[in-house]
Order: sequence, then C-alpha cells, then structure tokens
Amino acid sequence: MSYNWNWGILLQPSPEGQGTYLDMLLWGLAWTVVTGVCAWIVALIFGSIVGVLRTLPSKAAEWAGFLYVEFFRNIPLVVQLFLWYFVLPELLPAAWGTWLKQLQYAPFYTAVAGIGLYMSARVAEQVRAGIDSMARGQRRAALAVGLTLGQAYRYVLLPMAYRIVLPPLTSEFLNTLKNTSVALTIGLLELTSRARAMQEFSFQVFEAFAVATVLYLILNLLVVVAMRWLERSVAVPGFIAGAR
Amino acid sequence: MFTNFDFGVIWNALPYLFLDGMAFTLQLTVLAAAGGIVLGTLIAMMRLSSFAPLSMLAAGYVNLVRSLPLVLVIFWFYFLIPWVWQWVTGAERPVPVGAFLSALITFTMFEAAYYAEIMRAGIQSVRKGQVGAGYALGMSYRQVMGFVVLPQAFRNMLPVLLTQTIILFQDTSLVYVLSITDFLGAAAKIANRDFRPVEMYLFVAVVYFAISFALSSLVRQLQARTAIVR
Repeated sequence: MSYNWNWGILLQPSPEGQGTYLDMLLWGLAWTVVTGVCAWIVALIFGSIVGVLRTLPSKAAEWAGFLYVEFFRNIPLVVQLFLWYFVLPELLPAAWGTWLKQLQYAPFYTAVAGIGLYMSARVAEQVRAGIDSMARGQRRAALAVGLTLGQAYRYVLLPMAYRIVLPPLTSEFLNTLKNTSVALTIGLLELTSRARAMQEFSFQVFEAFAVATVLYLILNLLVVVAMRWLERSVAVPGFIAGAR
Repeated sequence: MFTNFDFGVIWNALPYLFLDGMAFTLQLTVLAAAGGIVLGTLIAMMRLSSFAPLSMLAAGYVNLVRSLPLVLVIFWFYFLIPWVWQWVTGAERPVPVGAFLSALITFTMFEAAYYAEIMRAGIQSVRKGQVGAGYALGMSYRQVMGFVVLPQAFRNMLPVLLTQTIILFQDTSLVYVLSITDFLGAAAKIANRDFRPVEMYLFVAVVYFAISFALSSLVRQLQARTAIVR
C-alpha cells in the first residue's frame, strides 16, 4: 500500500463549511500570528521590567527578579497553560471563575497571558545580559553627570542594551511564534491544530503537515528579514551593535 | 479557594504518576538526550565538513527543524514513521510503532538539531592549531576528532548540553498531544477521571519545578567551577 497523494484536497471545501481546507490553514496561520504578536508584547513588557529589576543596585529587587525567572523557566509551557486555563478559574471567587470560563476567546486570552509570561522570563534574561554587557563606566558616568537612576536607564543604558540584544530577541520572538502551537492543548485554533484537524477530516496527513511546514518557514523568513532591517535601521554608528 | 484542596487525591495517584508517568518521562529524556547528543555531534561534524554537499545537508536539516514548532514535528514523525518503516522493511502496509518508540525517535531527531548547534560551537571553541598539530603528528581525522577535539568540545560545552537536556526534559511533556501516559499525561488522566484538575496540575507543576530547578542549580555550580579552571 502506498500513500495516495492528493494536493487537490487543499482546494476542496472543508467540512466546517467556511471555505476550503487551504482557507482553514490560512486562518490557523492568522491565529498563530495574532497570538504570537500579542504574547510577544506581554513578554517584552514583563521581561523588560524583570530584566531591569535584576540589574538594580538592590538585593531585594535582584531576588524578586531571580524568583520570577526561575518560576517561569522551570515549569513546562504546556503545564503553565493548564495552570492558567484549568486551575486559575477554580482558585478565584466563584463568580470570577465562571466569568473567565465563559469568555468567548478564553483559549486565546489564556495563550497570550501564558505564553507571554513564559517568554518574559527569557526576555528578562536577555535584557539583563544586555545591560550587564555594557561597560560599567556608562552607568557611573550617567550618575556622575547628575542623571537620576531612572534617567540613566531611560537615556543611557536601555537604548544601547536593546540594540545589543536585538539578535537574541529575534530568536526569542521566533520561539514565541513557535510556542503558540502548544496552545492547541487548550483549544486554540492555530496553524498546527488546523493541520491536525485537516488530517482528521480528510486523512491527507502529509499534505496538511507539508503546507503547515511551508507556512511556518515563510513566517520565520519574514520575521528574520524584518528584524535584520530593524537592526540596520536602529544601529548606532561606531558601536559593536551597529558594526555592519 | 483552597478549602476543598484534597491531598488524598494526589496521595492515591502517586504510584501511577511516578511508576507509570515519571518513569516514561525519565526514560524518554535520558535515551533521547543520549541519542540526540550522538546524532547532534555527527551533524555538527558534517556541518563543519569542507565537503559542501555534506555541510549543506546538515545545515538544511538543522535550520528546518529549528524553524518548526515541536508539536508539529511530533505529529510529523508520529504519522511518518509507520510509512518509513514500511518502506524500509518492504511490508504490505504502514507498520504502527509503539508510542514510546515513536516519541523516542521524534525527540532524538528534534533535539539533535539543537545539540548540533551546541556541539558546533564546542568544536569551534577548540583552537585550530590543535587540529593542525594533531595532523602534523600523523593522526587521522578520526583520531584528531576522537582524541583531541571532541573531548575538549564536550568539556567546554557541558553546562550548555545539560541546560539543553533540562529543556528536553520539560519538552517531553508535549507527548501529551499524542495522549501518551507520560508524567503530565498520567496526571491529566486522573484529573479528568476524578474531576480534580487543581490538585493534579498544581502537583505536576511543583514536581517539574523541583526537578528542573535542582538540575539548573547544579549546572550553575558546574559553570562556576569550570569557569575558574580556564
């Protein structure tokens, strides 16, 4: 018995009644992108705050940052999503829990929060590494010319630190996009789950996964090209980060 | 809130969770790590080869696998392996392989791409002069790699290899998508049977955290120690 290739299946209507199988996969891609971008915004905000905390001249702030990063880094993503999706509503007051469970896009919100916080621990590590990699003199010079600590971060440390860690942040963004696939376990209709659904409906398993694979590769390529462009356009001449 | 938290549920489930679930998770982690490191090292050597088709093949594989989400790769292999097996053995129809073997092949192949990048950095961390010196002494490629380069590469990369293995340990929880009874899968089955998601998933999180945190603390110590040596 050999496999029956049938690429035409992509243009046949899906049993869900909304367009073809290809449309189904493209909608999956759209959910992947939207979820990934929203989660990335969460990750950047929380990751920046925690990353900065870990570089402040305060033992308490450093510890708080350490605990945060270790908490989110040492539990598998799928378990974290289950905690947000199945456990959190039970621990809240009954009325809030019911409200959460009945939200229309509950898997989407859970995925954004869960993947966002999970990735924020990694972003925090990058931001911290970026700040630590700058010469210590910069911080001291900024404080010596009379900037407050907040101003030193805002005008001296962070602008360079973000530029330095832009390449590793690119791969963390790609990881965020890839990690949205884990949210299929809580019912998010993203690309991988749509490919799986197409396989279940049509039994054309390899066509479904091949198209999903190609879509992921294109998405990766677009992000890499966009980030290269961003790196070039924000580069400060004369610094390592802007060497090219 | 926590008023009706029932430790009894966890207590009764312990044998199943650990003897069935965690045993599967640990076996999968250890075997896939071993296989992944061996295969990854071979891919790294291919990638650094001066024979272009070989290095392009290795680079293509690594980049392809690293661009795809693990969940998709798990599905790919789960459906692909029976067909490949049929092709290899010339059987009448696709041969179903067991859940464990399927997961093991998947994770070995997937993690090999990540280990390969680590080993490539490790091999490149050994100074070129040492390779030249090895050849000058009349050693073959195999001897230079086996006795000079790889031992140092492994040593330099040990903390990173271990960190990647902790990631692998956490990643194995994704076999959940194939309804396999790993640690998370076992907990999910009990959570659904007894309607006790709070107890089960919190317990799972605590156990994963304890193991991963202990291992990553160990890696940090190791890193600090090897840093002084060099």
